[in-house]
Amino acid sequence: MSIGLTHYLVLASVLFCIGLYGALAKRNAVGILMSIELMLSAACLTLIAFSRYVVVGKVLLTGHIFVVFIMVVAAAEAAVGLAIILSIYRRRRTVDVDEVNLMKW
Amino acid sequence: MVMAIAFWILAVVAVGAALMVVWLRDIFRAALCLILCFLAIAGIYVTLNADFLAAAQVLVYVGAIAILILFAIMLTRQYQKGNPGSWMRVPAFFVAGFLMLIMVASIVATAWGTGWPRFDAAPGAGQVTVGAPTTGAISRVLFGDGYVILFEIAGVLLLAVVIGALVIARPKE
Repeated sequence: MSIGLTHYLVLASVLFCIGLYGALAKRNAVGILMSIELMLSAACLTLIAFSRYVVVGKVLLTGHIFVVFIMVVAAAEAAVGLAIILSIYRRRRTVDVDEVNLMKW
Repeated sequence: MVMAIAFWILAVVAVGAALMVVWLRDIFRAALCLILCFLAIAGIYVTLNADFLAAAQVLVYVGAIAILILFAIMLTRQYQKGNPGSWMRVPAFFVAGFLMLIMVASIVATAWGTGWPRFDAAPGAGQVTVGAPTTGAISRVLFGDGYVILFEIAGVLLLAVVIGALVIARPKE
Protein backbone atom coordinates (compact mmCIF):
# COMPACT_ATOMS: atom_id res chain seq x y z
CA MET A 1 0.00 0.00 0.00
CA SER A 2 1.62 3.21 -1.15
CA ILE A 3 1.81 6.23 1.09
CA GLY A 4 -0.67 8.96 0.22
CA LEU A 5 -2.26 12.10 1.53
CA THR A 6 -4.50 10.15 3.91
CA HIS A 7 -1.57 8.68 5.83
CA TYR A 8 -0.04 12.08 6.46
CA LEU A 9 -3.35 13.64 7.49
CA VAL A 10 -4.12 10.80 9.91
CA LEU A 11 -0.63 11.09 11.40
CA ALA A 12 -1.05 14.85 11.81
CA SER A 13 -4.46 14.49 13.44
CA VAL A 14 -3.09 11.90 15.89
CA LEU A 15 -0.21 14.21 16.81
CA PHE A 16 -2.62 17.15 17.14
CA CYS A 17 -4.90 15.26 19.52
CA ILE A 18 -1.99 14.07 21.65
CA GLY A 19 -0.91 17.70 21.93
CA LEU A 20 -4.47 18.78 22.71
CA TYR A 21 -4.69 16.24 25.52
CA GLY A 22 -1.38 17.46 26.94
CA ALA A 23 -2.40 21.12 26.71
CA LEU A 24 -5.67 20.42 28.55
CA ALA A 25 -4.43 17.95 31.15
CA LYS A 26 -1.06 19.30 32.26
CA ARG A 27 -0.53 21.48 35.31
CA ASN A 28 3.04 22.54 34.65
CA ALA A 29 3.04 25.64 32.44
CA VAL A 30 6.14 24.49 30.56
CA GLY A 31 4.40 21.18 29.84
CA ILE A 32 1.42 23.05 28.39
CA LEU A 33 3.76 25.07 26.16
CA MET A 34 5.42 21.86 24.94
CA SER A 35 2.05 20.40 24.03
CA ILE A 36 1.15 23.56 22.11
CA GLU A 37 4.37 23.26 20.10
CA LEU A 38 3.32 19.70 19.28
CA MET A 39 -0.04 20.94 17.99
CA LEU A 40 1.67 23.60 15.84
CA SER A 41 3.93 20.97 14.32
CA ALA A 42 0.92 18.83 13.45
CA ALA A 43 -0.72 21.79 11.68
CA CYS A 44 2.51 22.41 9.72
CA LEU A 45 2.52 18.76 8.70
CA THR A 46 -0.96 19.02 7.16
CA LEU A 47 0.04 22.13 5.20
CA ILE A 48 3.15 20.46 3.77
CA ALA A 49 1.22 17.27 2.96
CA PHE A 50 -1.43 19.22 1.04
CA SER A 51 1.19 21.20 -0.87
CA ARG A 52 2.83 17.92 -1.90
CA TYR A 53 -0.31 16.07 -2.96
CA VAL A 54 -2.72 18.69 -4.38
CA VAL A 55 -1.16 18.65 -7.85
CA VAL A 56 0.08 15.27 -9.05
CA GLY A 57 3.81 15.24 -9.69
CA LYS A 58 4.36 18.81 -8.50
CA VAL A 59 5.04 20.48 -5.16
CA LEU A 60 3.07 23.69 -4.72
CA LEU A 61 5.06 26.05 -2.54
CA THR A 62 2.20 28.02 -0.98
CA GLY A 63 1.98 25.59 1.92
CA HIS A 64 5.72 25.84 2.43
CA ILE A 65 5.47 29.63 2.70
CA PHE A 66 2.71 29.23 5.29
CA VAL A 67 4.91 26.89 7.30
CA VAL A 68 7.82 29.34 7.21
CA PHE A 69 5.62 32.00 8.79
CA ILE A 70 4.15 29.51 11.29
CA MET A 71 7.70 28.70 12.41
CA VAL A 72 8.45 32.40 12.92
CA VAL A 73 5.33 32.88 15.01
CA ALA A 74 5.92 29.65 16.95
CA ALA A 75 9.42 30.75 17.89
CA ALA A 76 8.09 34.15 18.94
CA GLU A 77 5.31 32.53 20.98
CA ALA A 78 7.73 30.18 22.73
CA ALA A 79 10.10 33.01 23.62
CA VAL A 80 7.39 35.28 25.07
CA GLY A 81 5.61 32.38 26.78
CA LEU A 82 8.74 31.17 28.51
CA ALA A 83 9.60 34.74 29.55
CA ILE A 84 6.15 35.04 31.13
CA ILE A 85 6.62 31.67 32.88
CA LEU A 86 9.98 32.81 34.25
CA SER A 87 8.41 36.04 35.48
CA ILE A 88 5.57 34.16 37.19
CA TYR A 89 8.05 31.78 38.80
CA ARG A 90 10.13 34.66 40.07
CA ARG A 91 7.15 36.33 41.74
CA ARG A 92 5.15 33.35 42.96
CA ARG A 93 7.70 30.50 43.19
CA THR A 94 5.51 28.15 41.19
CA VAL A 95 4.75 27.27 37.58
CA ASP A 96 1.66 25.25 38.46
CA VAL A 97 -1.20 26.79 36.50
CA ASP A 98 -3.74 25.65 39.11
CA GLU A 99 -2.02 27.84 41.69
CA VAL A 100 -1.67 30.89 39.41
CA ASN A 101 -5.25 32.09 39.82
CA LEU A 102 -4.60 35.77 40.38
CA MET A 103 -7.06 36.88 37.68
CA LYS A 104 -9.71 34.31 38.56
CA TRP A 105 -12.63 35.98 40.23
CA MET B 1 9.06 1.74 -1.35
CA VAL B 2 11.94 3.35 0.52
CA MET B 3 9.73 6.34 1.23
CA ALA B 4 6.99 4.07 2.57
CA ILE B 5 9.36 2.31 4.97
CA ALA B 6 10.83 5.64 6.07
CA PHE B 7 7.35 7.06 6.59
CA TRP B 8 6.21 4.18 8.79
CA ILE B 9 9.35 4.21 10.93
CA LEU B 10 9.25 7.99 11.35
CA ALA B 11 5.50 8.01 12.03
CA VAL B 12 5.83 5.38 14.77
CA VAL B 13 8.76 7.27 16.32
CA ALA B 14 6.89 10.60 16.18
CA VAL B 15 3.68 9.27 17.72
CA GLY B 16 5.58 7.30 20.38
CA ALA B 17 7.67 10.32 21.33
CA ALA B 18 4.57 12.53 21.43
CA LEU B 19 2.86 10.05 23.75
CA MET B 20 5.93 10.06 25.97
CA VAL B 21 5.75 13.87 26.07
CA VAL B 22 2.30 13.75 27.64
CA TRP B 23 2.76 10.57 29.69
CA LEU B 24 6.13 10.97 31.39
CA ARG B 25 6.00 12.48 34.86
CA ASP B 26 9.58 13.76 34.68
CA ILE B 27 9.22 16.95 32.64
CA PHE B 28 12.91 17.01 31.73
CA ARG B 29 12.62 13.62 30.01
CA ALA B 30 9.39 14.80 28.41
CA ALA B 31 11.31 17.70 26.86
CA LEU B 32 13.94 15.28 25.53
CA CYS B 33 11.14 13.20 23.98
CA LEU B 34 9.81 16.42 22.45
CA ILE B 35 13.18 16.88 20.73
CA LEU B 36 12.97 13.33 19.39
CA CYS B 37 9.44 14.03 18.12
CA PHE B 38 10.61 17.20 16.34
CA LEU B 39 13.46 15.28 14.67
CA ALA B 40 11.04 12.59 13.48
CA ILE B 41 8.72 15.27 12.08
CA ALA B 42 11.70 16.79 10.23
CA GLY B 43 12.30 13.37 8.68
CA ILE B 44 8.65 13.20 7.63
CA TYR B 45 9.12 16.60 5.95
CA VAL B 46 11.96 15.04 3.95
CA THR B 47 9.63 12.28 2.73
CA LEU B 48 7.24 15.06 1.61
CA ASN B 49 9.95 16.67 -0.55
CA ALA B 50 10.30 19.65 1.81
CA ASP B 51 14.05 19.71 2.28
CA PHE B 52 14.32 23.39 3.22
CA LEU B 53 11.58 23.11 5.82
CA ALA B 54 13.15 19.97 7.29
CA ALA B 55 16.39 21.89 7.82
CA ALA B 56 14.44 24.85 9.22
CA GLN B 57 12.55 22.51 11.53
CA VAL B 58 15.79 21.11 12.93
CA LEU B 59 17.30 24.57 13.31
CA VAL B 60 14.29 26.39 14.76
CA TYR B 61 12.49 23.73 16.79
CA VAL B 62 15.35 21.50 17.92
CA GLY B 63 18.01 24.17 17.99
CA ALA B 64 16.06 27.07 19.46
CA ILE B 65 12.67 26.21 20.94
CA ALA B 66 13.67 22.94 22.59
CA ILE B 67 16.78 24.49 24.11
CA LEU B 68 14.66 27.39 25.35
CA ILE B 69 12.24 24.91 26.95
CA LEU B 70 15.10 23.03 28.61
CA PHE B 71 16.44 26.31 29.98
CA ALA B 72 13.00 27.23 31.32
CA ILE B 73 12.63 23.83 32.99
CA MET B 74 15.98 24.15 34.69
CA LEU B 75 15.43 27.78 35.70
CA THR B 76 12.03 27.12 37.25
CA ARG B 77 13.48 24.15 39.16
CA GLN B 78 10.26 22.21 39.42
CA TYR B 79 11.43 19.13 37.63
CA GLN B 80 11.65 17.29 40.90
CA LYS B 81 7.94 17.86 41.34
CA GLY B 82 7.34 16.41 37.88
CA ASN B 83 4.66 17.01 35.35
CA PRO B 84 1.41 15.94 37.03
CA GLY B 85 -1.98 15.93 35.40
CA SER B 86 -4.72 18.23 36.56
CA TRP B 87 -8.33 17.47 37.44
CA MET B 88 -9.03 17.90 33.72
CA ARG B 89 -7.16 14.70 32.86
CA VAL B 90 -10.13 12.39 32.32
CA PRO B 91 -12.34 14.90 30.45
CA ALA B 92 -9.34 15.98 28.37
CA PHE B 93 -8.69 12.35 27.45
CA PHE B 94 -12.25 11.91 26.26
CA VAL B 95 -12.31 15.25 24.38
CA ALA B 96 -9.02 14.52 22.60
CA GLY B 97 -9.99 10.93 21.83
CA PHE B 98 -13.39 11.97 20.50
CA LEU B 99 -11.83 14.68 18.31
CA MET B 100 -9.27 12.19 17.01
CA LEU B 101 -12.00 9.68 16.13
CA ILE B 102 -13.96 12.38 14.26
CA MET B 103 -10.91 13.65 12.36
CA VAL B 104 -9.58 10.21 11.41
CA ALA B 105 -13.02 9.03 10.31
CA SER B 106 -13.62 12.11 8.17
CA ILE B 107 -10.12 11.97 6.65
CA VAL B 108 -10.48 8.30 5.75
CA ALA B 109 -14.02 8.76 4.42
CA THR B 110 -13.13 11.71 2.18
CA ALA B 111 -12.42 10.92 -1.49
CA TRP B 112 -9.25 12.95 -1.95
CA GLY B 113 -8.49 11.81 -5.49
CA THR B 114 -11.52 12.54 -7.66
CA GLY B 115 -11.82 12.31 -11.41
CA TRP B 116 -12.74 15.97 -11.67
CA PRO B 117 -10.56 18.50 -13.50
CA ARG B 118 -7.56 19.14 -11.35
CA PHE B 119 -6.42 22.44 -9.96
CA ASP B 120 -3.24 23.33 -11.80
CA ALA B 121 -1.34 26.42 -10.85
CA ALA B 122 0.12 28.58 -13.59
CA PRO B 123 3.33 26.95 -14.83
CA GLY B 124 6.35 28.13 -12.95
CA ALA B 125 4.38 30.02 -10.31
CA GLY B 126 5.63 28.65 -7.04
CA GLN B 127 5.93 24.98 -7.84
CA VAL B 128 8.67 22.47 -8.40
CA THR B 129 8.57 18.92 -9.69
CA VAL B 130 8.66 16.13 -7.11
CA GLY B 131 12.23 15.31 -6.20
CA ALA B 132 13.69 18.70 -7.07
CA PRO B 133 15.21 20.90 -4.35
CA THR B 134 12.83 23.56 -3.04
CA THR B 135 15.09 26.13 -1.45
CA GLY B 136 15.60 28.36 -4.47
CA ALA B 137 11.96 28.13 -5.49
CA ILE B 138 10.82 29.07 -1.96
CA SER B 139 13.10 32.10 -2.00
CA ARG B 140 11.75 33.19 -5.38
CA VAL B 141 8.16 32.91 -4.14
CA LEU B 142 8.94 34.57 -0.81
CA PHE B 143 10.78 37.55 -2.25
CA GLY B 144 9.15 37.97 -5.64
CA ASP B 145 5.53 36.97 -5.37
CA GLY B 146 3.87 39.38 -3.00
CA TYR B 147 5.14 37.92 0.27
CA VAL B 148 7.84 40.56 0.79
CA ILE B 149 5.66 42.73 3.01
CA LEU B 150 4.79 39.69 5.17
CA PHE B 151 8.49 38.91 5.41
CA GLU B 152 9.18 42.42 6.67
CA ILE B 153 6.31 42.21 9.16
CA ALA B 154 7.75 38.92 10.44
CA GLY B 155 11.06 40.69 11.01
CA VAL B 156 9.34 43.47 12.97
CA LEU B 157 7.45 40.80 14.98
CA LEU B 158 10.71 39.10 15.89
CA LEU B 159 12.25 42.40 16.98
CA ALA B 160 9.19 43.15 19.15
CA VAL B 161 9.43 39.64 20.64
CA VAL B 162 13.10 40.07 21.51
CA ILE B 163 12.42 43.37 23.27
CA GLY B 164 9.26 42.08 24.95
CA ALA B 165 10.87 38.89 26.22
CA LEU B 166 13.79 40.89 27.62
CA VAL B 167 11.46 43.31 29.40
CA ILE B 168 9.20 40.59 30.80
CA ALA B 169 11.99 38.28 32.00
CA ARG B 170 14.18 41.03 33.42
CA PRO B 171 14.60 40.78 37.19
CA LYS B 172 12.91 43.62 39.04
CA GLU B 173 15.17 45.54 41.32
